[in-house]
Amino acid sequence: MEEKIYTKDREIVIPGDLLAEGMDFLPAGKAFRESDKIYASTIGLVSIKGRVIKVIPLAGRYMPKVGDVIIGKVTGIGFSGWQVDIDSPYNADLNIGEASQGYIDLGKTDMSKFFDIGDYLLGEIISITESKFVKLTAKNRPYRRLRGGNVIQVSPSKIPRIIGKQGSMINTLKKNSDCDVIVGQNGLVWIKGTPEKEAVVAQAIKLIETESHKSGLTDRIKTMLEKIKSAQPSEPAKEEVKEGGQ
Amino acid sequence: MGGGIGAPEHLIVNGKRLDGRKLDEIRPLKIMAGVIKNADGSCQLEFGKTKIVATVYGPREALPKHISRPDRAVITCDYTMASFSTPERGRPGPNRRSSEISNLIADSLAPAIMLQKYPRTMINVYITVTNANAGTRCAAITAAAVALADAGIEMRDLVTSLAAGKIENHLALDLFEVEDNFGDADVPIAVMPRTEEVTLLQMDGRLTPEEFKTILKMLRKQVHEIYKVQKQALISKYKQEKSEEEVEQ
Amino acid sequence: MSINLVKDFMSALVSKGTREDNRGLFDYRDIQIEVNPLERACGSAKVTIGDTQVLVGVKMDVGEPFPDTPEEGILMVNAELSPLASPDFESGPPKFNSIELARVVDRGIRESHCIDTSKLCIKPKEKVWMVFVDIYPLNASGNLLDAAAIGAIVALQNAVFPVYDEAEEKVKYKEFTKEKLPIERTPVMATFAKINGTIFLDPSYREEEVMDARISITTTEKGLLAAMQKGGKGTFTFDEVAMLVDKAFEIGDNTRKLV
Repeated sequence: MEEKIYTKDREIVIPGDLLAEGMDFLPAGKAFRESDKIYASTIGLVSIKGRVIKVIPLAGRYMPKVGDVIIGKVTGIGFSGWQVDIDSPYNADLNIGEASQGYIDLGKTDMSKFFDIGDYLLGEIISITESKFVKLTAKNRPYRRLRGGNVIQVSPSKIPRIIGKQGSMINTLKKNSDCDVIVGQNGLVWIKGTPEKEAVVAQAIKLIETESHKSGLTDRIKTMLEKIKSAQPSEPAKEEVKEGGQ
Repeated sequence: MGGGIGAPEHLIVNGKRLDGRKLDEIRPLKIMAGVIKNADGSCQLEFGKTKIVATVYGPREALPKHISRPDRAVITCDYTMASFSTPERGRPGPNRRSSEISNLIADSLAPAIMLQKYPRTMINVYITVTNANAGTRCAAITAAAVALADAGIEMRDLVTSLAAGKIENHLALDLFEVEDNFGDADVPIAVMPRTEEVTLLQMDGRLTPEEFKTILKMLRKQVHEIYKVQKQALISKYKQEKSEEEVEQ
Repeated sequence: MSINLVKDFMSALVSKGTREDNRGLFDYRDIQIEVNPLERACGSAKVTIGDTQVLVGVKMDVGEPFPDTPEEGILMVNAELSPLASPDFESGPPKFNSIELARVVDRGIRESHCIDTSKLCIKPKEKVWMVFVDIYPLNASGNLLDAAAIGAIVALQNAVFPVYDEAEEKVKYKEFTKEKLPIERTPVMATFAKINGTIFLDPSYREEEVMDARISITTTEKGLLAAMQKGGKGTFTFDEVAMLVDKAFEIGDNTRKLV
């Protein structure tokens, strides 16, 4: 039986592209096997490590994963929890038990005191069923309701760029802007400083999203953020206090 | 089909068709991916004078609830011809022809999509023909497949579509308007190029079995040329991504 | 009720005279106009304002006049808000009503007497030209109104009559003359939005999502006001309206230079 790789590292592939042939190879990411051949299933970048042929997707809506930190928007209040839009084909549920550390008397408590419709929150995905029902937690630090600031949406496939290697890019953003920046794996980004600073940071992030391939990006980002330095300093980000205790 | 008011005297003159093409020549094809920012995936396609815009939204929550499948996505398609796309102004809104084509397109794309990866969702394909000059359903399918890939939806393969027919006793690829109106037969087909599985097939007119088989052969060969244009459109949109290797420190 | 985070952000920004994309309060996003991109239309335009993209096509046909205007041609403006253009056009209450879009653009053209409909008569009481303006948004990213209005006037200015066979009393839809529509005036629309007391021009997608109210004002050259429409659940003061009318002329004159 033939064993051959038909692609190379960092090649762009489209759905149906033949990547490799042979049972020893392992498909990963958006690659799949059909009999003894491995194909790409989405438009993506090939990454070959040993016998693992991986396709990193370059497009696609956010598909929830356990452990992902996400930013979501509350869209519904139920009897014992909230429905949260995480900008995904799938909505997420936050149960009251995962929203607060203290005891909550469902009979006496106004749920909207914790999270109201339209509120943004920072949380983590704790479980996903086979039919992709998603459960969140927002109970422990740093998860919380997000107050003030600006929230923007970027393509989830660009999130690694915005964070950067070992957080280098996001640290550049925070340091040079005097803003707090939190990136959700689902493509939502929260920025907190003053409105003008938040606007500039948002522009910088959009630049990363659209021009990440061009060189000198970090310098351009720093130049963009220079404008902020001359403005007023932000209020220090307040330590979020949960209603009802802690 | 065939003869009638306004029919030109000949459809083929000196071996050439009325738009200058040879029998086995397709019209110029231009494809661009990612043209509609709001959409999850999109494609603008020009096949000769036929112009199509296709967008894909999804996967997203399947609504209304009764169409939702617990184990897979459902795919829907809405094909419309803009009022100004035809010589006589068309009344906006769906009609029987656009309903039929909408269903055909959805069925032609479904086999290529890994629907089971997206339970309880729907994938909506919207197609607007902005200029109609025959071959609209084939152009629509070809554009929709690019839009689906542009949306990052997992697929086994693209879908490629083309038609061929018979004009004045000659078999020809990709009939344009006059030929479609006054020719003898038209056969649109859609294929997943990798495995050459047929996902759409229609035929209308008068053909002998031999003629039909010849047409199938012509189409089977030519769809791969169209596939190359689809692939190129996608790669050129994303090729910028290639150079983003190490994130600068 | 919760405080809307994004609205607060926008509100704070505009109250300081700036916007997310660094525009001034009364600046348009980049406007691009493509003339006659459509082969089968009598006249057409593709207009982009920022990310908003609208296609407008003019088609003409011959038909019976309305009984109360037996010697005048007919103008009909229609808008199709296909879900192709926005995730908001599919389910739930539409953010923008296609009927309102059509009617507001229509009013600007009709009331300004942009087209001299008396020149569209073929045979009084029996046959007049009907001018159809069809608006198809391709990407709805804020301020469809102005994009559609610009598209409409550009399409009309560049529209030619199809051939009319007098003997057979039939329109030859595939053949065009070189005769242009009788256009007398150039109406252009300026749409303003308001968030918490600050008013600005040409709302983007995000600004439209949180705005309290909007107002569209159509002006023609020579200082004529042709149409106005306020939308949204918020309010404007009398002074604001007067100020905006002046602004609309200023802005309208600039837009007219583009069309």
